[in-house]
Amino acid sequence: MSIQNQLKLRPHADDRPGQRSGADLPNKMTARGVKVFYGAKQALKGIDLDIRENRVLALIGPSGCGKSTFLRCLNRMNDTIEGCRVEGRIALDGEDVYGKAVDAVQLRARVGMVFQKPNPFPKSIYDNVGYGPRIHGLASGRDEMDEVVQTSLKRAGLWTEVKDRLREPGTSLSGGQQQRLCIARAIAVSPEVILMDEPCSALDPIATAHIEELIDELRANYTIVIVTHNMQQAARVSQRTAFFHLGEMVECDDTEDIFTNPRDERTQGYITGRYG
Amino acid sequence: MQLTLLALILALLTVIGFLVGRSRAASSVGGRVAELHSVPAYHGVYVALWAGLPALLLFVAWTASEGWLAMQMVLSALPERLFTGDGQSAALLKADILNLARGISTGREADPLVMEAARRYAALRDLAGWSLLAVCASLAVAGLSWGRHRIGPDLRARPAVERVVRVALVVCSLLAILTTLGIVLSLLFEALRFFTVVSPLDFLFGTHWSPQMAMRADQVGSSGSFGAIPLFAGTLLITVIAMAVAVPVGLMAAIYMSEYAGRGVRTWLKPALEILAGIPTVVYGFFAALTMAPVVRSVGEALGLDVSSESALAAGIVMGVMIIPFVSSLSDDVINAVPQSLRDGSYGLGATKSETIRQVVLPAALPGIVAAVMLAVSRAIGETMIVTMASGLTANLTANPMQAVTTVTTQIATLLVGDQEFDSPKTLSAFGLGLVLFLVTLCLNMVALRVVRTYREKYD
Repeated sequence: MSIQNQLKLRPHADDRPGQRSGADLPNKMTARGVKVFYGAKQALKGIDLDIRENRVLALIGPSGCGKSTFLRCLNRMNDTIEGCRVEGRIALDGEDVYGKAVDAVQLRARVGMVFQKPNPFPKSIYDNVGYGPRIHGLASGRDEMDEVVQTSLKRAGLWTEVKDRLREPGTSLSGGQQQRLCIARAIAVSPEVILMDEPCSALDPIATAHIEELIDELRANYTIVIVTHNMQQAARVSQRTAFFHLGEMVECDDTEDIFTNPRDERTQGYITGRYG
Repeated sequence: MQLTLLALILALLTVIGFLVGRSRAASSVGGRVAELHSVPAYHGVYVALWAGLPALLLFVAWTASEGWLAMQMVLSALPERLFTGDGQSAALLKADILNLARGISTGREADPLVMEAARRYAALRDLAGWSLLAVCASLAVAGLSWGRHRIGPDLRARPAVERVVRVALVVCSLLAILTTLGIVLSLLFEALRFFTVVSPLDFLFGTHWSPQMAMRADQVGSSGSFGAIPLFAGTLLITVIAMAVAVPVGLMAAIYMSEYAGRGVRTWLKPALEILAGIPTVVYGFFAALTMAPVVRSVGEALGLDVSSESALAAGIVMGVMIIPFVSSLSDDVINAVPQSLRDGSYGLGATKSETIRQVVLPAALPGIVAAVMLAVSRAIGETMIVTMASGLTANLTANPMQAVTTVTTQIATLLVGDQEFDSPKTLSAFGLGLVLFLVTLCLNMVALRVVRTYREKYD
């Protein structure tokens, strides 16, 4: 199936004709001139990007182009890497996330993250989901916690599969289920933005289809940024796509335009499989 | 003398074998080495092994049996009257012959027959030495020529050498196991001898330890009482104190090293902590006796407590310090083995560093930490010197850490120090204690290894 055919996406509840990319929606996050250095090596060379509310933005590009690095700037996960330095401005709802008054730990509760490899904690399924709410004090008492866990698992489409085995360890689930557990875990702290770093690269096609469907549903409530190596996946789940190459953002446009009518010849070369 | 000569001859023949084998292999194919099944060096090793190994094996077998054989020959020639029947006099006779043969006086007038036997024994040994030399050397030469004879383009010297290497490796590992087995068996038999004198129940459950036995019937005050409970209790008390020091400090040091310290700090901090493990325990011992004990005593007095000058507390604290590097180093490795992705997952949910460590990293590392603590416990139980020097030898049955207690290992050491007869219950009781100690640490180590193994299965 060609990418063009796959662009015929399912209609979404809040989609109006011609407004799929959400041009009229406000920007949830904005990046201006973002540069990242690992020691002396420069990984990002000044990125400008707008992330629209309640839309899925896909970041594509060859390995080592800096898309994961950019993603990890958005919730300051790069802070945990020794020797990493970030320049430029990234704003969440207009507020600089690298500002002095901002608590990086608190920021990560608002900008959640799902990783490439499913990484459930060595705890029960229930405690995996309840971990975030517990440390942030989002649920007082047993009943509220049950409620949060149940809602999160339902939203992540995992509830029916695990509702009878909430006390079993999270690691006992299959790979695809583990990844949905990680999404449920991220949802449980009620983030505004969810960052996904190649969330399906360790999963089989069926589990991947599951997650993709889930991403499409989640954008009703969350803003999502997803890094992917799979261009079909970008075409299927995102409304806007940004193409990264060698630490630069080559172009960012509506997904349909990127895949049908790319302006830059590097983008053209990458999506038609000439390199990357 | 004969031995040195033999060793020299064998070494020489082996080297010659190597050189001969290598050059013959090369010449057998007219210098076109590629036509050989194995490269010439393997042919060299092959011939060298033929020259050296059979002779060596013969040497080992010969020396193992020679003394016994010579003694049997000498004894069989002696008249019946010298053996008064029981095993003890025969053993005494043998010892006399051996001593006389070596020219050591037995301290009493020897029977001329025994003197004669000793002379014969010495002569036999001398003869045996020379004949061993001759037989071994000719066997080595024979092996060399046999190996040389077999060399040809098709000789599979490489797999043959491989097989010998494999056997050698197996023998080495068996040697280690057999030695351990020997130690355990000797412990077991001596302990059994002890348990024929003192009932195991009295030993394991008696509450009075006073191992002095009456040497003469009229001696007073040395009844001999072997209730080991005070020793077990003392060991337990000191181990608990040591672990109370070592586990929290060691664990937190490990957490700091693996989670907080930068690479620069880590590179010097970890080796520095491991230096603690390299200090001889005797040095810890006088630190405990001369520094820690007075400190504990004066602190205790300041608090209005009655502290004896040798206290379990002082010994336990110093032992804890000694064990810190075990706990910290092993825990550090285990904590480092927790995948970074778990930490990322926790940070990504907005958890702080200490929340992540407490709720994600430590639970994931827990089995490994438990194993580290178990190994540290068996180390603490086996520690002797610190207690000997700092906590004394009084077998008190007490749970008060301010008093002197003694431990199993300390008692074993004191029971066997100096001139002792090895058939009194006093000395034999050391083996009983040793057996119990061995079983306890064995169990601890097995549990620890099992925990470590299940942990590995989880994260590989």
